[in-house]
Amino acid sequence: MKHAAEAARFIADTERAQWHDQAIWFVRSKRDLAAHGVPEWETLRETAAQIKSHTMGQLAGYLEQFEKQASALGAIVHWAQDAQEHNKIVQQILEQHQVRRVVKSKSMLTEECGLNEHLEQHEIEVIDTDLGERIVQLRQERPSHIVLPAIHIKKAEVGELFHQQLGTDAGATDPQYLTEAARQHLRQEFLRADAGITGVNFAIAETGGIVVCTNEGNADLTTSLPKLHIACMGIEKLIPRAVDLGVFLRLLARSATGQPITSYSSHFHGPQAGGELHIVLVDNRRSQILASDDFRRSLHCIRCGACLNTCPVYRRSGGHSYGVTIAGPIGSTLNPALEPGRHETLPYACSLCGSCTEVCPVKIDLHQQLFTWREKLVMRGLVPRWKTWSMRGLGWVLSNPRIYRLTGWLARNVGSRLPRWIVYNRMNVWGRQREIPPLPKQTFQELYAQRDVAFEESSRNGVGEARGGDH
Amino acid sequence: MRVGLFIPCYIEQLYPQVGLATVQVLERFGVTVEYPHGQTCCGQPMANMGCTDAARPVAEHFLDLFEAYDYVVGPSGSCVSMVRHHYDGLVADPQRLEKVRQKTFELCEFLHDVLEIRHLEGHFPHQVGLHQGCHGLRELKLASPSELVIEHYNKVQILLESLEGIRFSQLQRPDECCGFGGTFSVSEEAVACMMGQDRLRDHQQAGTEVLTSVDMSCLMHQQGLLQRAAHNSKSKPAMRVMHVAEIMAMSDQ
Repeated sequence: MKHAAEAARFIADTERAQWHDQAIWFVRSKRDLAAHGVPEWETLRETAAQIKSHTMGQLAGYLEQFEKQASALGAIVHWAQDAQEHNKIVQQILEQHQVRRVVKSKSMLTEECGLNEHLEQHEIEVIDTDLGERIVQLRQERPSHIVLPAIHIKKAEVGELFHQQLGTDAGATDPQYLTEAARQHLRQEFLRADAGITGVNFAIAETGGIVVCTNEGNADLTTSLPKLHIACMGIEKLIPRAVDLGVFLRLLARSATGQPITSYSSHFHGPQAGGELHIVLVDNRRSQILASDDFRRSLHCIRCGACLNTCPVYRRSGGHSYGVTIAGPIGSTLNPALEPGRHETLPYACSLCGSCTEVCPVKIDLHQQLFTWREKLVMRGLVPRWKTWSMRGLGWVLSNPRIYRLTGWLARNVGSRLPRWIVYNRMNVWGRQREIPPLPKQTFQELYAQRDVAFEESSRNGVGEARGGDH
Repeated sequence: MRVGLFIPCYIEQLYPQVGLATVQVLERFGVTVEYPHGQTCCGQPMANMGCTDAARPVAEHFLDLFEAYDYVVGPSGSCVSMVRHHYDGLVADPQRLEKVRQKTFELCEFLHDVLEIRHLEGHFPHQVGLHQGCHGLRELKLASPSELVIEHYNKVQILLESLEGIRFSQLQRPDECCGFGGTFSVSEEAVACMMGQDRLRDHQQAGTEVLTSVDMSCLMHQQGLLQRAAHNSKSKPAMRVMHVAEIMAMSDQ
């Protein structure tokens, strides 16, 4: 999927694009207020980055420690090399327990692996219980944002959807009425489910515990009503010690939504009485990213979504324009690592403004990574040839001063004489919405040389002010 | 002190008056500038596309021209940031790069940090909207970006606000990107133009008379949108566009 074309399609509905930008900018503003309320914010970010960097440096050891500790608590730990293996493991656990219906709290990993589709193919029904995820599930869509999955949908559209699917009043738009309807609907699903699946925000190597953060408490219902709990996590979710958790919990909710902390931070240490806890650890090419000096830091990500919220491109093009589970700056660096040939336009869906890098709570150098990706994509021949050839041509002109001056002269002197309809032809992408700047007759060099002549003449006549310039 | 004047390609070709204003401002503070002939570009368009091989000779050419100077000063945050932050891997000799990197400055940065100027003589009785070019802001750190929890500062504004009569627009989004982004402005045309329109709307609601920046490239994009609107409505553009150097040079007259 080509980001620019999808983005243009989104923007064609100007009113919606503006609404989308403003709705998400509001979240960024709340994040700013919350961050500025913590004087030691920058120290926290630095500490978090160092903890993550340390963990990634010794990930194998921490993973083994986690497996040992979690097993000691009674959890059953599984290892999955890729999405397929992950899906198969989950399917097998569910089939062993004759599960027909699963409730699931938000998990971007299961979205990444396409778990819902896989289970549905094996006749296991999955009900997403995060409100936003349930909305997109009912619409048969994918989340457009990792924290706010239904941010692209307006209240009235939710009202219409619920009217059709849940039998609410036609034309209802009151958020309280609609969420109450969703709550009643989901409550039934929780009671009917045979098993619960959650994501994992943090896994603690020292204790073997896992932490799931939600605002709706749906992870708690997902794991306390059914006896079987399957927690799915990427291997990068590890932190070394319980004491490190505070650093991340303070950063996560403030960066995500501007809250001081998520409403529920649920800790799981082994299964509930009489139940089972399975933890599935998934690689899915994370170890390849870990091996790369350029992109290793992208594994620091705690999925707060702050880089999406601040990204001027994401806000105006919508999450679906990226065609991936994780959109925005972090998605544009993670996805090419997974499948470079499919996501080659994502690193270019960026003006290199650098806001993502500054907002990231774990200090991932996001815009630098996108810059580096472009070089890698060109090296691998994944960027259209006409683009690289035109850049090669430009590079040649710009390393030959005479040819550069001649090209400039031609453009200014011939270009300025052409009729408007030729200049603003269909191929002129710049000119679709913008004027070309008025072309000056002379370049800086020419004007500067004339100035020197004028200066020399005036100083010969003894009227000029003393002025340096020894050339 | 030998100061090499770095005039980016689009200023050389499209905005020569910005180059002249830069010379005028530097001379006002007693700085003798030299313009090394044979200048072309810093290599940013190619490097930003990922075409490192095409950028390489251009970057080497830049070092050849400017190596000998005590300082290199240019009226562009973005191009200066290219030299300072993105030349690694482009040039063969890291020591030569380090030498040039340490002495290359954006104009306002040079005035503020090297010459330690805090006051400009002159007056400019207009409401100015300061557009913070992203590379100047976040890579050269000319001001504190809104994302960071650090003490507020703004080197460009410190210089400008010493001019008599100048007023500044209060923007709703003080440092959002305008959407220029080099080749981005064409490859992601729809997003780029929407970003530019949004910036201009913010300036309009704030009452900006003169839109200024340390980066003429950001201004070229926004000026293009302003002029198209003026062309369509057969009226004058909603605001004037001036490089910071032009304001500084003009306020002296």
